[in-house]
Amino acid sequence: MSLSVTHLWLIPALPLLAAAVGSLTPRGGRKLAAGAAIVALLGAFGLACAALATALGQPAVHASANFAWFTLGRDVVRLGWLLDPLTAFMAVMVTFVGALIFIFSLGYMKEDRNFTRFFCFLSLFAAAMLGLLVANSLLLLFVCWELVGLASYLLIGFWFHRPAAAAAAKKAFLTTRIGDLGLLLGLLWLYRARGTLLCYDGGAGVLENGSLAALAGTTVAGGFALSTAIGLLIFCGAIGKSGQFPLHVWLPDAMEGPTPVSALIHAATMVAAGVFLVARVYPLMLADQALTAVPVHALTVVAGIGAITALLGAAIAVAQQDIKRVLAFSTVSQLGYMMLALGVGSWVAAIFHLLMHAFFKALLFLGAGSVIHAAHHEQDLRRLGGLGRRMKATFATFAVGTLALAGVPFLFSGFWSKEAILHAAHAWPVSPLPLAAGLTAVVLTTFYMTRLVTGIFLGAPRSDAAADAHESSAVMTGPLLILAACAIGLGFLGTPAWPWLQSNLGGVTVPAESLWEAPGLMLLSIGLVLAGLGAGWAVYGRRRRSNASSPDPLAQAVPGLFAALAARLKFDEFYAATFGRANAWGAALADGLDRWVWGGLVTQLARLGEFTGLMNREADEGGLNRGFDRTSAALRGAGRTYSRAQTGEAHGYLRTVVLAFVVFALVLLLGGVR
Amino acid sequence: MNPLQACLLLSAALFSAGLVIALARSNAILVLLGIELMLNAANLNFIAFWRFRAGAAPATGVLFVLFAIAVAAAEAAVGLALVIALYRHQKSLRLQEATRLRG
Repeated sequence: MSLSVTHLWLIPALPLLAAAVGSLTPRGGRKLAAGAAIVALLGAFGLACAALATALGQPAVHASANFAWFTLGRDVVRLGWLLDPLTAFMAVMVTFVGALIFIFSLGYMKEDRNFTRFFCFLSLFAAAMLGLLVANSLLLLFVCWELVGLASYLLIGFWFHRPAAAAAAKKAFLTTRIGDLGLLLGLLWLYRARGTLLCYDGGAGVLENGSLAALAGTTVAGGFALSTAIGLLIFCGAIGKSGQFPLHVWLPDAMEGPTPVSALIHAATMVAAGVFLVARVYPLMLADQALTAVPVHALTVVAGIGAITALLGAAIAVAQQDIKRVLAFSTVSQLGYMMLALGVGSWVAAIFHLLMHAFFKALLFLGAGSVIHAAHHEQDLRRLGGLGRRMKATFATFAVGTLALAGVPFLFSGFWSKEAILHAAHAWPVSPLPLAAGLTAVVLTTFYMTRLVTGIFLGAPRSDAAADAHESSAVMTGPLLILAACAIGLGFLGTPAWPWLQSNLGGVTVPAESLWEAPGLMLLSIGLVLAGLGAGWAVYGRRRRSNASSPDPLAQAVPGLFAALAARLKFDEFYAATFGRANAWGAALADGLDRWVWGGLVTQLARLGEFTGLMNREADEGGLNRGFDRTSAALRGAGRTYSRAQTGEAHGYLRTVVLAFVVFALVLLLGGVR
Repeated sequence: MNPLQACLLLSAALFSAGLVIALARSNAILVLLGIELMLNAANLNFIAFWRFRAGAAPATGVLFVLFAIAVAAAEAAVGLALVIALYRHQKSLRLQEATRLRG
């Protein structure tokens, strides 16, 4: 079974077709819309598997098929498809996780009256992400990138009648747009410098050696290499999309969407796009590594942002009360890990963690969805509790996801990918700070996940909704079980004993690091995991909250810090006070200019006209009036007659125009005018 | 049928659809939508004649349409602003009620 690169477009085309079907299905056609979406994505999964087989067997790492899109003057804008192991692995992951989330949605959205619209948007989301994966042209990638943004906007604001959801959708869209602006500028600059945006084009693509040497050899303002400048602008897009500091604020708010959407955004389709983008243009990011005279290397910035994000996200997650927000900040933190891995030069570890994270984070979100669905849309940690006994399948799978996210040794996938990242950070010669941030985040991750699990599943129910919960239907627990199996089993694709994934990803040559080189680090990180678990159990496991109003034990211990973290370190307030206020001032300034300066000018001119008119009247009334009176009476009569045609109704006018148009057309046709 | 005819047929279909929408709907936003459709039908004609008639300069058609699209975007922004103003004024978007300017 194989899929050649020329047919790669079929992978995104299938879900796109399903989206088209879904958009034309009336509200009653639930089975058609959902069936089309799921069948299309499963078909895409089959194609992606075939593509993976092809990618692993092909002689060249990057196979591409390019074609001309359109010609503008002498410039030919070309697009293309790209098949390499990165694309193939990502496509398999997106389609597989996506299909499970789609199936889960059947149960979760069962009672929603806009069921068909939901599946239409889901398919569009998956199609955009898959298009982004198979694009060989950065232009096509950008188009799909924006489509991903649009689909996320539609889905986060799916329940748009809730003001919070509408605001969250707007926030997600605008915040990611800020990053996208950087990406667009980077692409324009790249196009200006190289005249093409194809990644691989038989030696002429922007990610191939000739182009990279030229980009790294050019110096721009500030002593930066051109490749650094463009790389950092492209990274801006990744910061926005992947919820990196300082643009991470939209990701937690995106929890206002339905939970399957959160799972899709956090696992497969949205935030993975940023990491994927950096991985795709990794040769460009690496191009300045050999230079010594530049102020900063692109990857150093990536590592710094990643380290800050990893630590920040994990810290804020500790104090959140909404279970989906805990998971959202956990995603922020894990994406920071991936960026950190990319920054310290371990491309493979980043993608390994991206793939593993997709499975266990989808599992955790769907588990949270199952809990929320069972507990009558109660998602406040203070008002849940005791669900473990009633929802055994959800509890077991959620626990597996937790252990994988926390990186509990040996059995769980998260352990292997996280260790790979920590070892890469350890081997980084530039600074020990990313390693320190990563290790601290390990403790925090284990701690908040322990808090989350004990809060949801153990102890006594702290509200009527929680006491009334019951296990979800098989259509929801089935995907959970499959994802849990993946969260355990897939880690073995990348263990040091059998590094199948690492050896097959290939593509970019980076120094290979082995987990066995620093056994002390592995022991340290295992120790930290256990410490986090122990601390979490000591704080939340033994002294369980008895009712919803009893305070958080951690808030009693360190009230100031807890309140600051619970307020998400006031990032939103800070942005509202600075950028929001600056924007309001700008608007007020424009309003003032319009109202007083330009408006004033116009008023003065009008006054002048008025004055002239006054003078004229004096002259008129003296002599000319009588003759004109007669004429004007006649004119007035005529005007009254004609003004009947002016009904004020836009449609009436439009009809007249159309009628005239038809008459003229007839005259032209019948009269034979040439 | 040659490609030019196909394009012209499509454009005629688009134009008629836009016209019907603009004439038949009373919601101002939908009328605006219909007008946009008609505009794009015209753009399509432009491109089609440029592309399938021999002797055209290399980029004129595309550039002209790009300008038309940019102007149309500005026009749509103004149109939507008018629609919002209209809604604030009369609390509805029915064009039949917007007859303040009658003679």
